[in-house]
Amino acid sequence: MQLTLWTYEGPPHVGAMRIATAMEDVHYVLHAPQGDTYADLLFTMIERLQKRPPVTYTTFQARDLGGDTAELFKTAAREAFERFSPKAMLVGSSCTAELIQDDPGGLCKALNLPIPVVPLELPSYQRKENWGASETFYQLVRNLALPKDAIEKSKSAKPRCNILGPTALGFRHRDDVAEIRKLLTDMGVDINVVAPLSATPDDIARLSNADFNVVLYPEIANLSAQWLKRSFGQPFTKTIPIGHSATCDFVREVAQLAGIDPVAALHDATSRAAWYTRSVDSTYLTGKRVFVFGDATHAVAAARVAAQEMGFTVVGIGTYSREFAREVREAASLYGVEALISDDYLEIEACIAALNPELVLGTQMERHIAKRLGVPCAVISAPVHVQDFPARYSPQMGFEGANVLFDTWVHPLMMGLEEHLIGMFRGDSEFHEDAAPSHLGGGVHAQSQLDVAQPLEVAQTQEQQPQVAISPQSITVSVWDTGAEKELKKIPFFVRGKARRNTEKYANERGISVITTETLYESKAYFSQQ
Amino acid sequence: MSTVIPIRANVGKGCTDVVPLVERGQREVFCGLTGIIWLHRKIQDAFFLVVGSRTCAHLIQSAAGVMIFAEPRFGTAIIDERDLAGLADANDELDRVVNQLLARRPEIKLLFLVGSCPSEVIKLDLSRAAARLSVQHSPAVRVLNYSGSGIETTFTQGEDACLASMVPDLPVPQANAEQELVIVGTLADVVEDQFVRILNHMGIERVRFFPPRRAQDMVPIGANTRLLLAQPFLGDTARVLQARGARLLPAPFPLGIEGTTAWLQAAATAFDITSDRFQAAVAAPMARAEASLARAKLHLDGKSIFFFPDSQLEIPLARFLSRELGMQLVEVGTPYLHRQHMAMELAMLPEGTFLSEGQDVEKQLDRCRAAHPDMVVCGLGLANPLESEGMTTKWAIELVFTPIQGYDQAGDLAELFTRPLMRRMRLAS
Repeated sequence: MQLTLWTYEGPPHVGAMRIATAMEDVHYVLHAPQGDTYADLLFTMIERLQKRPPVTYTTFQARDLGGDTAELFKTAAREAFERFSPKAMLVGSSCTAELIQDDPGGLCKALNLPIPVVPLELPSYQRKENWGASETFYQLVRNLALPKDAIEKSKSAKPRCNILGPTALGFRHRDDVAEIRKLLTDMGVDINVVAPLSATPDDIARLSNADFNVVLYPEIANLSAQWLKRSFGQPFTKTIPIGHSATCDFVREVAQLAGIDPVAALHDATSRAAWYTRSVDSTYLTGKRVFVFGDATHAVAAARVAAQEMGFTVVGIGTYSREFAREVREAASLYGVEALISDDYLEIEACIAALNPELVLGTQMERHIAKRLGVPCAVISAPVHVQDFPARYSPQMGFEGANVLFDTWVHPLMMGLEEHLIGMFRGDSEFHEDAAPSHLGGGVHAQSQLDVAQPLEVAQTQEQQPQVAISPQSITVSVWDTGAEKELKKIPFFVRGKARRNTEKYANERGISVITTETLYESKAYFSQQ
Repeated sequence: MSTVIPIRANVGKGCTDVVPLVERGQREVFCGLTGIIWLHRKIQDAFFLVVGSRTCAHLIQSAAGVMIFAEPRFGTAIIDERDLAGLADANDELDRVVNQLLARRPEIKLLFLVGSCPSEVIKLDLSRAAARLSVQHSPAVRVLNYSGSGIETTFTQGEDACLASMVPDLPVPQANAEQELVIVGTLADVVEDQFVRILNHMGIERVRFFPPRRAQDMVPIGANTRLLLAQPFLGDTARVLQARGARLLPAPFPLGIEGTTAWLQAAATAFDITSDRFQAAVAAPMARAEASLARAKLHLDGKSIFFFPDSQLEIPLARFLSRELGMQLVEVGTPYLHRQHMAMELAMLPEGTFLSEGQDVEKQLDRCRAAHPDMVVCGLGLANPLESEGMTTKWAIELVFTPIQGYDQAGDLAELFTRPLMRRMRLAS
């Protein structure tokens, strides 16, 4: 058993629902107990869909367990087929139904429905949402895609591709697809099929009618793209077009796969973000310490943008996508940090508290952590809540995506002039170091409270050790004299925690028992040389 | 015993003998785990540890968690494949998780191990686990157990199961203790305070609430106890309280002026309060409530309403909306109908009201579309899709999360129904 306060991913059948809901003319019959229909409101409330997800639940109850739950499933499947007349059907179990082992696939075969029925084996006690989505998409592709010779290849001379990966409940999938579709079309590439988002089973059947595949979300589509490569010889893209330079790389990669001149394709390539980050107003962003966490794709992409385009220092990177741990470890080695591969919310909280970043780029859960620690935060990855399914156009990908990233990430930081003035003058009744940035409406800035290290609290969050672990903060032997303590307060709040820890480390290493103002500045000089 | 409940005079048989349409099929409802969302705020030093799957964790998180930015007093011990291999191992694992949790949250005084569908199906004996852990962590922490699984409980029944699990621990009052009123069911703090003021005013001094705000505030239950149910979904809780000798006062539920008056009257009758004292206590708040309902009635009078099953609050709400605001009841769906607790409510429903118990959601949607009511009360999974079909909806869960009981909330309760209609009008014009 694992103690969980927040979970980064839902169970795998929610991933399957994301595929079914993204598509048209597909119905999903899910063997599940009463109550599992809660998942509908992820789609109707968070994503604000105007239709009910195409999912029929058996919603069995305790009294049904004594009877024939298999018959219940068959009835539900038959009625769903009659009512919705889908062109393909998915059948599977939720976690509880997995325990009672009714075999939806076999039961549905006995019904002899005149449409393809794809049985899903989603091990709920081992795997999670993204895996479920990936597996479901893969099974649909395997079962429905027709070989090339069965498809009438159209006469168009243009190179042609599929866009794979966007789903329902995906973080900005709607606008990413629009942005990338436009980018590819402008390059002179035809779009054969976008899947699973708004694809029909017929669309899946004609996937092979493309020259190559564009994989936007490897968590969802890598497995299918690999199969398509093996079966139809379609190569697929590896670059994720998030950020200005990654989008340029993506254009080059696509141009190469499509046999187009990359120089011409990049001729008009531009984003405002590329200039905004170079403008002098952005100089103060240099070296801001940032912690990145999310699904592997977004975390790796965000770290690259943060380091190469924003000029931040990446002090930590992590993911909850264990399937893509290797990619994140590789990225981490670029920034000389240790990758954090975990879906344990408490472990991530402890890591952020220890690293003391100035900005957190993460998921909805990191917003919880950042709020608690008083650190500015921007959301870069699912899981997200309703405010991250915005009405306005807000892609993460492509050149417009780069613009969106710049605005979103800079917004929570205190603006340059205010930061300077607070460094110079203290004790202002309105603009003081304990106040939140004035462009965010002021209010007490919790980060300022943090400069008093709280070893006990951090220690408690070290979940893996049954004993109260001794965190780095709690082995402090040096004490601060009042003068040094006062001097410390003069350091701007967002770097104060770092200064405190560096000074204590400096004092400990040298056996200094009382930290004075001198020690503080000696330590500052020492660390600035490094 | 000189007073009569004023509304009784004009009540016929209503729907007392009506046979509801009982349907079985897909049910678009929450499971009992959802009760944790409000219970963890009500009992401030309790922690709710669900023993279940990732689905359970995801449910509570989706239903509540994303709105809560503080560290919540609930969590999930997620069963994994190792636990499914052998039961003995699962118990050790549970002990480890509980120890870990209590080390992190030393302020917790009461821990609920909440059963889920997976834990029920694999027959993990959580009641024995609770007993074992209670001994280990006594006296600092009490550990109790109840089931909030979807296979056994629907939405608010989770609260019923939770409260029922607390009853065996409650103390027994002294043999000749004075008669005491216990109000059962989670109410907003502000509503509790209002009821205490009114009851004190009419001379009932000994009033307690169950569940209490703090785990240590143990309400004594025995033959001297008079129970007033504040919520309609407390079948099991009422049963175990009555088994300890407490007497249940028959009353409708305190929604709207009529319901609140009759509910308070039930207490007044049991405590021999004179009609004058009763009137003196309720006159002012009643007058306020009447004024606030008059405005709402302008919008709701004659409008038709359709209830999908959700919380068991549907029948009392339908009674309030039809009798005090003039709404027409198209269908009143309830997940479960407790005839005895609902007797007075049923008697007050307009004769011929179409009642349904249970659900086959597709068929019910067909009925709803055919009737095209002015307003549909339904869950969040249905609300936006129905809005996009052109219907006006009121999402049902809000009725559980908002203070709606008592006189001073009657206007607020009516406003929950006028607001979607007003909004539709405004956005159209």
